[in-house]
Amino acid sequence: MEAASVPAPRPSPGDTFRKLVGSFGLIAVLLILPIVFAVDDLKDEGDLSRLANNIVDGLSNGAIWALVAIGYTLVYGIIELINFAHGEVFMIGSFVTAWFFGVIGLTATTGAVGLVLGIAATLIVAMILPSTMNAMIERVAYRPLRNAPKLAPLITAVGFSFILQNVGLLWQGGSPRSVEDIIDSQKDLITFGDVIITRGDVLAVGVTIPLVLLMTAFIARSRLGKAMRATAQDPEAARLMGINVDTTISATFLLGGALAGAAGLIYVLYQTQIWYFQGFTAGLIAFTAAVMGGIGNIKGAVLGGFIIGMIQQMIDNREDVGIFQMGPAWTPVYVFAYLVLIMVFKPSGLLGEQTREAG
Amino acid sequence: MSTTDAPAPAAETTKRSGALELSGRQNLIVAALVLTLAALAPFLFDEAGDIMNNMVLAAAYVVMALGLNIIVGFAGLLDLGYVAFFAIGAYTVGYFASGFWSNVNNEEGFSLGVGKPASELPGFHFNFLIILVLAVIATTIAGMLIGLPTLRLRGDYIAIVTLAFGEIIGRVAINGDEVNIFGGSLTAGRQGVTPVDKIDPPFVDRFLALNLRPWYWFALAMVILVLFVNFRLRDSRLGRAWIALREDEVAAASMGVPLVKTKLLAYGTGAAFGGMSGAFLASYLNTVNADQFQFAFSIFILAMIILGGLGSIWGVVLGAVVLSVINNHLIPNVFNTWPGKVGLDFDLTELSFGIFGFLLVIMMVLRPEGLLPERRRQLELEEGVGTDEAVYEARMP
Repeated sequence: MEAASVPAPRPSPGDTFRKLVGSFGLIAVLLILPIVFAVDDLKDEGDLSRLANNIVDGLSNGAIWALVAIGYTLVYGIIELINFAHGEVFMIGSFVTAWFFGVIGLTATTGAVGLVLGIAATLIVAMILPSTMNAMIERVAYRPLRNAPKLAPLITAVGFSFILQNVGLLWQGGSPRSVEDIIDSQKDLITFGDVIITRGDVLAVGVTIPLVLLMTAFIARSRLGKAMRATAQDPEAARLMGINVDTTISATFLLGGALAGAAGLIYVLYQTQIWYFQGFTAGLIAFTAAVMGGIGNIKGAVLGGFIIGMIQQMIDNREDVGIFQMGPAWTPVYVFAYLVLIMVFKPSGLLGEQTREAG
Repeated sequence: MSTTDAPAPAAETTKRSGALELSGRQNLIVAALVLTLAALAPFLFDEAGDIMNNMVLAAAYVVMALGLNIIVGFAGLLDLGYVAFFAIGAYTVGYFASGFWSNVNNEEGFSLGVGKPASELPGFHFNFLIILVLAVIATTIAGMLIGLPTLRLRGDYIAIVTLAFGEIIGRVAINGDEVNIFGGSLTAGRQGVTPVDKIDPPFVDRFLALNLRPWYWFALAMVILVLFVNFRLRDSRLGRAWIALREDEVAAASMGVPLVKTKLLAYGTGAAFGGMSGAFLASYLNTVNADQFQFAFSIFILAMIILGGLGSIWGVVLGAVVLSVINNHLIPNVFNTWPGKVGLDFDLTELSFGIFGFLLVIMMVLRPEGLLPERRRQLELEEGVGTDEAVYEARMP
């Protein structure tokens, strides 16, 4: 950049550097891992097929995190609460899915038409139940504390997270339970050379993208969406303009819960197992995604979800790189490290926060 | 609100607050009474029975809860990763009071101030008092290191960052058996470091697993020390700085409270008590197992201070004892028979954290000031002064 053309005082090299780090630092940090992996893969195997497959699988994982992350971001945007119980709402979505498959008798032998109709019906149930539950939690545990210190609803959210975990524990028992793989999710559908796209990948992305588009359209176009945006900007002013703030907040929780329920359905079809504890880690991963994209920012949550999904898949599929241990057991360590780094150095995330505090 | 009843709330609050407000001397009398009773209590019970075991655990939890109370109750920094300090304290014992580093000194071991069986075994074997000092140093440093990145963050982000640190340390403890370091592994993972040396204080016999009274008195001595430090700190310049910080960070800073130093000291002090208690628990439970260091444990301790009353020292002691009794006695022995009576079949002990979660929700909604509230805190809650809400509210017109 030509410093002389700026009429303001000459920026020192330090300032320019800081500005560069501010805008591109996070992107650079996010790129380090894939580059290291690419070098490692080239050294070990001579091609990049493993990385490419990780990216494809990561997009499907990321679809799940994106849907959950939107719930965090919507709620944070509107009432500035980290809805700690949101991961558990996602877990309940999975449980409802597995239960409803049993109710309507969906199995791997069901015909194609039955399968599509059955999954569509399950999707509706898996969205309605968790979303109702999410709104009920808001009514019981967050609304009475709206004028309390900010940490009070966070503590009740943690409390509800434990309550829901135990509901799941009572419902399906303490150990992971496998669910029948009714869509044969690992079957190859399309292959480009060594890169394989499976049925599960198509399903995950195919459910997520329309839902996200539908929801963004709802928020951008509908009356309730407008009320949500107004409340997020300034609840006091929104109330003065005749918006029912409580209803709007309930609607936000309904919407977030519905998307978490859809994520739960994808999780069941894709991972084919459920566990009462799945929501805790998933919740933190999705929250990381929301912060990475910029909390309060829906596009950011989707972007963050996909990025975290890919990073997670890359780490899951490697034993170690140099002195760093990798593998599924270590993935949360890296994701949480990202969470800390982003929150400390770039709390506005990739696309910028959209909250009252930031704005 | 109409103008006529404007002065009423103030009068009402003073009347209504059932807060425990003791003068210095009353406090001393209460402390002496409670602690004397606590010190004499073991003679009533079987020296190796369940009740003694629960009393030892309760005392250890009191130490932890008082530590967390400094961070959350006094300074208003919500720490959801307190288990990290339990882990670090426990691993100090695992490293320096067991056969974990079996290859040290040509597999002959290295001991410092310990008596016979331990001094002849491989691995490091330091006297427990030395370990206690090491644990305090290690956790103070860790507390400050974890606190450092949270200095600029707003309240709810602090909670998540500390939670992330707690989770990272917990995961590293679980997976640490894969990491090779100094000819051994970083941790023993889920297998746990066991056996661990018993406490072997100078001038007294080594503590035994069959007589829990010395363990209890040792824990009680820690409680007394921690109580003393808590009261002295609360009434000190530093304690007032913490409370000022909790009520309004911007106002505190503009009155000359050094934010960085004050916050870091809160983290460091709180962490040190967690480390002390963690080291004690490791030795008492005779194992340092990575499965102990779960997020749920942080919430267990947090529930204690919320039940008792954030910032209220006697409240926290009460909360810790009550929750410890609920967890270790009432749930497994009393409540657990109830599902059977109404024809249900499940193990209530599995649901203990659901019960604590329920307790958190109920307390926050119905009685956020806790069982034995601190008056200041109660006023803050009634006035709606938030931990850091004020910072952001202040910017609004």
